[in-house]
Amino acid sequence: MNKILLTVSALALFAGPAMAREEIRIVGSSTVYPFTTAVAENFGKTSGMKTPVVESTGTGGGLKLFCAGAGEAHPDFTNASRRIKKSEFEDCAKNGVTDIVEIKIGFDGLTLAASKEAPAIKLTKQQIFMALARQVPDKDGKLVDNPYKMWSDIDASLPAEKIEVLGPPPTSGTRDSFAELALEVGASKFESLAAMKKADVKAYDAVWKAVREDGAYVEAGENDNLIVQKLQANPAALGIFGFSFLEENSSTIKGLEIDGVVPSYETVASGDYKLARPLYVYAKKQHVGTIPGMAEFVAEYVSDKAIGADGYLSDKGLITLPGDAAEKSRAMALAMDVLKVDGLK
Amino acid sequence: MTDFSKKLDPALVAKRYASERRFRAYGAVALAISVLFLVYLIVDIAVKAWPSFFEHHIVLKVELDPARIDPAQVQKGDFNGIIKDGLRAAFPNVTTRADSKKLMAQLSTGTGDDLRILTVANPAMIGTTVNASALLSDDADLYFKGMHAPTLKTPGQTNLQIAKDGENYLFTGDLSQLVAGQIVRANGGAFRITSMEPGGAKAEVLLTPDTLNSLVAGNWDILSFAAIEVDRRIDDRAVVLLEAMRDKGIVEKHFSWRFFSSGDSREPELAGLRGAITGSLLTVVMTLLLSLPLGIAAAIYLEEFAPKNNWTQFIEVNINNLAAVPSIIFGLLGLAVFIGFFGLPRSVPLVGGLVLALLVLPTIIIASRAALNAVPPSIKEAALGVGASHLQAIFHHVLPLAVPGILTGTILGVARALGETAPLLMIGMVAFIVDVPNGFRDAATVLPVQIYLWSDLPEIAFQSRTAAAIIVLLVVLFCLNAIAIYLRKRFERRW
Repeated sequence: MNKILLTVSALALFAGPAMAREEIRIVGSSTVYPFTTAVAENFGKTSGMKTPVVESTGTGGGLKLFCAGAGEAHPDFTNASRRIKKSEFEDCAKNGVTDIVEIKIGFDGLTLAASKEAPAIKLTKQQIFMALARQVPDKDGKLVDNPYKMWSDIDASLPAEKIEVLGPPPTSGTRDSFAELALEVGASKFESLAAMKKADVKAYDAVWKAVREDGAYVEAGENDNLIVQKLQANPAALGIFGFSFLEENSSTIKGLEIDGVVPSYETVASGDYKLARPLYVYAKKQHVGTIPGMAEFVAEYVSDKAIGADGYLSDKGLITLPGDAAEKSRAMALAMDVLKVDGLK
Repeated sequence: MTDFSKKLDPALVAKRYASERRFRAYGAVALAISVLFLVYLIVDIAVKAWPSFFEHHIVLKVELDPARIDPAQVQKGDFNGIIKDGLRAAFPNVTTRADSKKLMAQLSTGTGDDLRILTVANPAMIGTTVNASALLSDDADLYFKGMHAPTLKTPGQTNLQIAKDGENYLFTGDLSQLVAGQIVRANGGAFRITSMEPGGAKAEVLLTPDTLNSLVAGNWDILSFAAIEVDRRIDDRAVVLLEAMRDKGIVEKHFSWRFFSSGDSREPELAGLRGAITGSLLTVVMTLLLSLPLGIAAAIYLEEFAPKNNWTQFIEVNINNLAAVPSIIFGLLGLAVFIGFFGLPRSVPLVGGLVLALLVLPTIIIASRAALNAVPPSIKEAALGVGASHLQAIFHHVLPLAVPGILTGTILGVARALGETAPLLMIGMVAFIVDVPNGFRDAATVLPVQIYLWSDLPEIAFQSRTAAAIIVLLVVLFCLNAIAIYLRKRFERRW
C-alpha cells in the first residue's frame, strides 16, 4: 500500500508544471532526417547548447504537428520533402502559426536502380509509365488495364525480362514524388492523355497516380536499405529509392539512365537529371527569442560548411544547391523572410 | 465383455508402433527445423554485428600546444586540429591541398574526443608531446576490417628503373609484373600505372616519393584490386594512404567501449547505445513503478474480494481483450490523453513509461490472478481458521506464495515492453537524440527504436551497428528471462 502512495506522489512530482524547454524540437520527413540530424549534431557540438531533438514523422505528419500551434508545446522546425501546401499553410495560420520561414536546403534525386550484374537498360519516362501504371492507353488511345508483362512488350529494344520494380508504399513521400516526376511526365507524352489533361484534370490525375497492383510493382516498405538488399539478391528486379542510397551502395548497384541521363551528383545538381525534388526545412519565426538557439540553428543549417558544395551534408548524400541558389536561400533564411501564401499550391 | 485372452493381431500392433515412431520423427524434424532457423538468424546477426564491437585508431605523436588549448578551458581546446597537425607531420610527403584533404578525411569528425577527455583529466599534459590515439572515419575503419572490396598486395620480384616523364613517371626494365590500373609502391611513394607502352609503363603519382632510386626486387610492391575504382567505396588515393598507415605500424584495433558509453550520432564510428540503454531503463522503471502495484492490487481485488456479478464479469472480459489490443492503439491513447490532455512533453520516458504501463497492465493482472488462484485454498482457510482477517490471510499467506508466478508474469510483460516501438512512435520517442537522458523528463529514445532508426540510414557502417544493437537487445531480454526462471525456481513451492 505504501508503494502505491509512493507511486502516486512520485507521479505527481514528475507531472509537475512544465519546465521551459531548452532544446529545439524538429519533426518531419524521413528523407530530410539524415541531413537535419547531422546539422543538429554539429550544432550541439559547436554551439555549446543542447542538441536539437529530431523526430522522423513523415512530411505530412510533421507539418500537422508544426501547424498545431505556436508555443513551447509545439515543434520549432519541420522537415519536408516537398513544398508546404496551400491548405497546410492556411491550417497553420488558423492555429496561430503565422510566421513561417522557408529554407530550401538542396535536392534529393530519385533513382531507378538495378544490380551491377544486370544488363544496362535505358528507359524513358514514357516507358516507366507504361511499365508501372495501372491503366495505359492502347493503340487507339483508349484506356485499358496494363497489358505489359515483359520489358520487351513495351519496346523491342528492352530485354525480354519480366517487369519487376521494388518501390515504396503509397504512404511514402518518395512514392508521391516518383509519381509526380516520372509517371505524370510519362503520361503526358501520350496524345490521348494529354488531351484528357486539358478536358478533365481529375480523371487524368487518377490515371497517372494509379500504380498497377498485379505484381509488377512490389511495395517493399519504407526502408531503402531493404530494397537495396533485395536488388542484390535479385538482379532481374529494379528498385526505386533516394540518391544517397545509390551513392552509398555504388559497389553493388547502379542507377539506370532515364531519358538519356545517368543519375550522378553532377547531373542531379545541374538539373539535367529530372527525377529530383527540392528538400525544405520550415522554421517557426515566432519561437525566435523563446526557444534558445533558433537563429543559431538556422545559421548553422545554411552555413557553407553544411550546405556548401564541400559541406558535410554533401558527404551525407545531399545534393547541394548551385552557388547562387544557395546564396539566395542563405540570405532569405538569415533575414528570416516570412513565407507568403501566394505561389503555394 | 471383451475377450482379452484372444491374441492381438501382430500386424495391427506393428502399425500402431510405426505410427508412433512416425509421429515422433515429425516432432523431431519440426524441432530441428525451428532450431535451424533460430541458429541461422542469431549467427547471421552475430556475424554482422561482430565488427561493430571494435574500432581502429592510429597512434600519432602530437604536441599539446598551449596556444590551441586554453588551460582555463581545456574542454574547449581544438583537439581535432591538434590531431590533424600530428597526422600532417606523420605524412610529410602529402603536400597538395587535395591530397591533404583526403588524408584528413580518414579521421573521424570526433577524432579529438579521446584526447580531450585525457587532457581534461590530466591538465599537466598541456605543453608536452604525447602519443595520441586518433579514431578513424567509418570508411577507413571498414577498410581495415576488410569490409571493402579486397586489396591484393604482391611483392615486387623484378628490378625496375623509374624516371620523371613531364608531369608523370615512366617505369622501365622488367615490366612483366605490371598491369595498367595497378598501384606500384616504392621509395615511400605510390604510382598508378596508367598505360603499358613499348617504351615502358606510364604512371601517375598518388603519393610523392622521397627519391627516384631504382627499384630492386623485394623493396617495392604492387597493390591490385578485385573491383575497379568506381565500383569501390574507397578510392585509390585513400587506399594508398591507409596502406601507408598500416606499413608505419601506427594502426591499432581496440574494443569499442564507445559503443556503450556514448549517445547517438550521425557518424557511425561515434554512434553509441548509452542514450538508448538509459532511455530503455528509465522507461521500464516508470512502467514497473506504475503497473506492478496497480496490477497486483487489481488482481487481488478481482480474485479475492470482488463479488461475482455481471460487472466484474464485464471487467474481466475487458482486461482479457486489452491484452490482445495492438500496441499502436496504446500509443494513440497516450498521445491524446497524456500529451494532449495533461500537457506532458513529447519524447520523454515519463510518457513512454505511462503508455507501456497501460500496455503491460492486462498481462500483469492476468498472470497475477492465475498465480493467486494457484495457491491452494487450504492455506487461506487455515489462516482464517486461526482467526486471521481476510486481509491478513491474503497478505501474510497467499500473496507470498503467489510471488514467483506474479514475478514471472511481470518480467515477461516487461520484456514485451522493452521490445515495443509502435506506441512510442506516436508519443515522439522515435527521434534522433544525442544527449544521454538524465531523468524522466529528458528527451530519450529506447533500444528497439534505436535499431529501427539506424537500419534506415544510408551509411554502410550503420548496418553493422544495427546488428550489434540487436545483439545488445537480445542479451538484455535473455538476461530478463533468465532472472524470471531463476526467481521461479528460487521461490517455487509445490503442493
